[in-house]
Order: sequence, then structure tokens, then C-alpha cells
Amino acid sequence: MTKEERIKKRYNAEKRFKLYGITSVVLAILFVVFLIYVIFSKGSSAFQKTIINVEINFTLDSLYLDPNPSKDDLENVEYYDLAIESLLKVYQVNGLKEEKALINLFSPDYEYEVRDFLIKNPEFINKKTILKLTASDDMDQLHKGNYPRHLPEDRRRINDFQLMMYDKLVEQNKIDKIFNNYLFQKGDSRNPELAGIGGALVGSFFTIIITLLLSFPIAIFASIYLEEFAPKNRIIDFIEININNLAAVPSIVFGLLGLGILLGTFDLPRSTPLVAGITLALMTLPRIIIPCRASLKAVPPSIREGALAVGASKVQSVMHHVVPLAIPGTLSGTIIGLAQALGETAPLILIGMVAFVVDIPSIPTDPSASLPVQVYLWSEQAERGFVEKTSATIMILLSFLITLNFIAVYLRQKFERKW
Amino acid sequence: MNLVILILIGIFSYTSFIYGRSRIKKITTSQSIKINALPNYYGYYLALWCALPSLIILLVWSIFEASIIKGLISQTLSQNELNVYTSDQINLIYQKIVSLYNGNFSGKITNEIKQGAEDYKSFLSIAQSSKVVLLLSTAVLTITYGIKRISKNNKARHDVEKILTGLLFACSLVAILTTLGIIFSLLFESIKFFSAINIFDFLFGTSWSPQRAFVRDASAITAEEYADLKNAFGSVPLFAGTAFIALIAMTVAVPIGLFSGIYMAEYASIKVRKFSKPIIEILAGIPTVVYGFFAALTVGPFFREFGEKLGLEVSSESALAAGLVMGVMIIPYVSSLSDDVINSVPQSLRDGSYAVGATKSETIKRVVIPAALPGIVGSILLAVSRAIGETMIVVMAAGLAANLTINPLESTTTITTQIVMLLVGDQEFDSPKTQSAFALGLTLFFATLILNYIALRFVKKYREKYD
Repeated sequence: MTKEERIKKRYNAEKRFKLYGITSVVLAILFVVFLIYVIFSKGSSAFQKTIINVEINFTLDSLYLDPNPSKDDLENVEYYDLAIESLLKVYQVNGLKEEKALINLFSPDYEYEVRDFLIKNPEFINKKTILKLTASDDMDQLHKGNYPRHLPEDRRRINDFQLMMYDKLVEQNKIDKIFNNYLFQKGDSRNPELAGIGGALVGSFFTIIITLLLSFPIAIFASIYLEEFAPKNRIIDFIEININNLAAVPSIVFGLLGLGILLGTFDLPRSTPLVAGITLALMTLPRIIIPCRASLKAVPPSIREGALAVGASKVQSVMHHVVPLAIPGTLSGTIIGLAQALGETAPLILIGMVAFVVDIPSIPTDPSASLPVQVYLWSEQAERGFVEKTSATIMILLSFLITLNFIAVYLRQKFERKW
Repeated sequence: MNLVILILIGIFSYTSFIYGRSRIKKITTSQSIKINALPNYYGYYLALWCALPSLIILLVWSIFEASIIKGLISQTLSQNELNVYTSDQINLIYQKIVSLYNGNFSGKITNEIKQGAEDYKSFLSIAQSSKVVLLLSTAVLTITYGIKRISKNNKARHDVEKILTGLLFACSLVAILTTLGIIFSLLFESIKFFSAINIFDFLFGTSWSPQRAFVRDASAITAEEYADLKNAFGSVPLFAGTAFIALIAMTVAVPIGLFSGIYMAEYASIKVRKFSKPIIEILAGIPTVVYGFFAALTVGPFFREFGEKLGLEVSSESALAAGLVMGVMIIPYVSSLSDDVINSVPQSLRDGSYAVGATKSETIKRVVIPAALPGIVGSILLAVSRAIGETMIVVMAAGLAANLTINPLESTTTITTQIVMLLVGDQEFDSPKTQSAFALGLTLFFATLILNYIALRFVKKYREKYD
């Protein structure tokens, strides 16, 4: 091998090596893009729902109401007959089988949708109006183009007659898509078109507030002690080893802790944001303490010495001078820790947050779901409608996480100081 | 109720702060003595005397209230002469009583439950009023004592600071308490489990099927039953599955992570670095449940269809899909840690290598990486510990049946998956099935602990070398 050949070979190796690096970086970035693309393309349709326009005549007779009904009367009467009658007028059908097929185009909650409309707008008594009633999950997916309508009839839940009705209704402009308010207002449901993340949002909110209230003060206090006051001895060494270890313990182990101690020994209520908050606070604590200590450490000793020199006590020098300077740094560490806690699922499953909860919790000791657990629960469901709901929930969860991270970055950049 | 008490304690403390401050001012002006600290400290002093004891009592009370009331009611239930209940039945009746009290009970209301609910109500109200009385009297007592101390002109600042440091120390003890809590909760159930199942049968048994494990009475297992149990709780397939999926994950994460770490540290311009580093770190910020959804819904079915086209039989819950997605999740841990490690290799080593004519890649391969090796190994070990502790991806994308296999296209299960599966849904406490989850948790805890310890030792050793 000549000298030139050898040099050429070495340069080629150089190029190859650099290419490996570029390929890896590009691959990693592609993974991010692909993941986000898949989630968004599946989930964005969940923000709309399919409705069918139904003309409803709120006569007093059809509702069995006295003239001038009170609000209580409106809440207590039966809407079922009126709703069914109006639904059946949407399309000309004959026979019980066809009637059933028509009614099945709608979500089973039509009765309550009619009722809620009238209670909200009592001026429509004795008047005709067009209501937008939620379509069933299958209709919804059909209208959004996700339904395999080319399959033979016996392999789909929508039969040919229903398909024909659907096509006619589309021609008559009776089917439409509107913003899906149920997604944010409702709790969980077995019917995808009626399922929402209202309960999970509130549950996650309670959980994260409890986590914040417990972990932030304890983490700050602990880091102040360890960084400023702790003597060098075995106990302190042991605490530090513990903190470093806890930060790397798998989250599911904290779930076992919550299950064994909080639910088992202290008998706290299952499936509640209270227990979830405490469990996540214990998990987040070491993850916050580490950045908090770093930002306390970043305050130069001259600040402390200056305070001590003019006669402040040790506590005064720390509390009046060091801590206020370190707080912005601790905030961004805390927010990142909280963002991790917000996306944590495994410990919450173990403390029973997988229960099927329809109601939206009003206090932290109500059983509740949370956003990541809702993702897990819905991903186990077979219905097509839940796939887009799951992806939409992920989109909402990710947008919260991104916001939190941006706030953290902003705080860091705004308050970062070079000494 | 507790909220009202907390607000009351807050108001009390604030008033005592104001009072303490004005009191010391009055004393100093009327008796013209020189005090030892700023007037505010006397306020803090009194406020702490007011708030701390009451808060501690409130905390202890709230922790034990529920279990004490439960104990009282269970006692009356167990003294019932008509029926003799097991502890499980008493638990069930207690839950019924509580739900009847809360007004969401559906089912047959027996006399006993009704009586129990009334007892529960009266116990609650007794507890409530005695709590208020106790807290009020404590607050009054401690405030009076505090006021007395103030008039004697003590060193308020010194005392306040001492209490404050004590509080700070107590907060840092929480870390130790958490570790103790973890160890106790895991050990407690695991010991029960290992008293039923021999620890060697658990660690070295090769058949795992806890669904089959049915025992009539956990305290007296017959030899016949044990032969079955032995085959239900052999955890080798779980360890193998966990290691296998982690291995697949590492084969994805180590090359990609390491090479991007090297590229970021050695080649990338500041602009490229500023743009691509945060994007790769997004991967670390995405919740694992999202990866699980992605693996179960996109990657798993993709591999199955792809395999079908090639004529291969691929399980839709294949170890390959779960491992691959887990690998993607771990990339940023490997890349940013190795980036840091490579960055802290002293420039003089590189310069020396360039000076003798080595190309950049030769310098990296022969000088930088060997120098950074302990740090890189440490970061890979940390990533491995993350992979074996990872739960949601495997719960959603890996299988449930314990197969002892090394075919990545088949489904396997992991320790974390089994913990979740054993503890979700209706749990029967005191059954080996539930306890085995804690035994698995204990194994997992120690495995990650050891890995982390070794990894940190590696990193530390490396740091000492160049710092």
C-alpha cells in the first residue's frame, strides 16, 4: 500500500465515522418527528364530532307538560317519546327493524341532549327548532372517513341499510361536523362519542397541585439544609446517598410504596388524586432536590461572606441573601420535575386510578382518573373511536408538558446569572 | 374540616406574631431594657409556638384517625356472637359501612351495617370534636407559655433559628423515610410471600403462571398445593424476558445514542448543536405511556404485517416492538450523558493526538473514547437500569404470558408487566398472588439499586481522574 492509498483510506474512514454520527442524530430526530406525526394525524379528528340535524317540535302535549312549566317540571318530564318521534322523522323508515337501524345512527344519549337543550333554552317551548344531536361512534368514524365501508356487510357493525341512510342524509346536508365540546366536558364513558377527558383533566390538576404543595417546600428546605447547614458526618452522607438512589428508583416501585403504605397502612381512599399526589410527591422529591442544590451551590460564597461580615447570623445570611438569589433556578428545576410527574402512569395504576370513573371529581378525595392513565385505559379499548380519543388526549398531555418545559426554559434564561 | 382548622391555625399564628412583636416593643419601652433580637423575631417565636405543636398534632391525628376508627368498628364486628368473621369479611363489611355513611351504598342494608354506619358516624363526630378541643387547648397552652418566655427576655432569634434549622433537617430526613418506606412495604409483603414459597423456587423456577395459583388458606398450604404453587411462581422467565427486552432496547439505544453523543460533542457546530440537542431531548420528556401507545398501535401491527409479507409469524405483542420503542426512549439518556462525559475529556489529550498526525476520527476512537470509557460505561449502565424498570411500554406492547424464549418475534413478559397485572383489578390480600408482586418489586428495586450504584461508582471514578 502506498502512502497516498493509506491516507485516502484513513480519510475515507474519517468520512464514514462522521457519517455514522450524522445518521444517528438524523435518526433520533426522525423518531421524534415520526412519533409526533403519528399522534397528531390520528388524534386531530377527535376535536370534532359528527352530528345529525334533527327537527324537534317542543309541543306541550308531546312532553306531557302543563302550560307555563317551572324548571323542575322541565327536568322531571320524560323526553324519550319526543326524542324518538323526532329521530324517526329524519328518514322515511318502515318496520321495527328499520326504525332500530335509524335510531342506532344516534348516540344513546339523545334523550338527555334534547332535555339539556330545553332546560337551557326554555323559550323554545311550543316552538320548532333544529337540534344537532350527536351521532353514534360508528357514524362518527364513517363520516370522518375512518370506517372500512368496503368490507362485506357481515364484517361491519353498520349494515347496508344504515350506509344508504347515511349517504342520503349527507346528500340532504343533515350530517355535519362541529367542535367536540364533549371531549373537554365529559368524564369517561363506554361509548367513545360520549367519552371525554373532563374528569382526567381535573384529576390531573388536583394531583399535580398536591404534588407541588408537598414536594416543593420539602425539597427546597431539604436542599437548603444539605447545602448550607449540614455538618459533614455519616447521617448527612447517608441522606445524600439516599437522595441519589431514590432519583433512579423505577417509578413503579413508588407505586408499590403508595399501595403498601398509603393505602395499606394509613387506609387513605383508593383511586384518589390525594394518594396519587402524595405518591408522586415522594417520587419527584429527589428529582427536585438535585437541581435545587445545584442552584444554591451556584450562588457565590462572597454573598454569604458579605452578609456574615456585616453581622448577619448564618440563618439570616442564607434566608435573606442566598435563598432569594437561588429561587429562580429552583423554580425551573421544580417545573421540570412536575412535568415528569404529570406524565407518570405506572404508580397511578398501582394505587387504583384505573377505576372506571364517570363523574368529574370535585375534591381531591373523590375517585378520579388522570390524563396519562386515561391514555392507558382508552388504548386498551377495541372501538375505533377510542383510538382518536387516545391520540387527542396525548396531544393535550404533550401540549401541557411542552408549555411547562417552555416556562422552565424561559425562567432559566430570564434569571440565569453569571457571577 | 381540616382546611378550616388549618386556616384557623394560620389566623392564630398571625395574631400571635403581631402580638409578640408589639408586646416586646411595649416591654422594652416601659422597662427600658435592651433586647437581644429584632422585635420581629419575638413575633416569629410566638407564632412558631402557636403553629408548630398544633400542626404536628393535626398531622399525627389525620394519619391515624381512619385506621383507629376502622379498628374500633372491626372490634365491635368481631365481638358479634351470632357470626364469626374472618378478617377479609370484616374488611368487606367495613367498606360497606363507610359507603353507606357516604351515601353511595347500593345493595342490601343489613341491621349490622346500619348499626355500623351509626357507630361510624358517632365515632367520627367524637373524633371531630375531641380533635378541635385538643387543638384549641394545645394552642392556648403553647401561646401562654410562649408569652411567658417572651417577657423573660429570652434570646428569641437564637431560638427561632434553632427551630428553623431543625425543620430544615426534618425535611431532609424525608428522603431516608421514603427509602425506609419502600423497603418496609416491599419486605413486609415479600416475607409473607417467601414464607409460603421457598425463595429458591421463586428465584430459579422456570414456570410462571400466577393465575393458576389458588390456595384455600394461605397460612396452611398442603404439600400437594405447594407442588402446584412452585410451578406458578418461578420467576426465571420474567427475568429472562426483562433482560431480553432490555437487550433489544440497548442494541437500538447504545449505537444511536453513543454516535449522536460523539457527533454532538466533537463535530457539530454550535448552531447544529443548539437545534438538535433539544429535539433529541424531547424524546426523554415524552411520557412513557405515549411510547406504549405508539408501540402497541403502530409499531407492533407494522411488524406483524411486515412479517406476514415475509412469511414469518410475528406476534403482535412481539418483544421486538416493545424493545425497539424502549430503545428510542432511552436514546437521549445515552446521548446526553455520553456527550457530557466526552466534553469533559481535557482538550490537551486531543491536541496531543492531532500533533502526531491523527485524523479526528482516529483521535476520537483511540484517545477520547478510551479516556471517557468509564463515564460512558456508567451512562450505559444507568440506561440499562432505566430499561429494566420501565413499565408502561412493556405493559402496553409486550405480552402477558411468560415464555422462556430468545425469539424476538414472539411475545415475552417482564417483571414490571407482571407487577401491574397482578395488582390491577380485584386484589385478594393475603394471597401469594398479590404478595408475589411485592417480591418482584423487591427484586427490581435491588437490581436497579445495584446497577445504579455500580454506574455511579464508574462515573465518580472517571470524574476524579480528570477534575
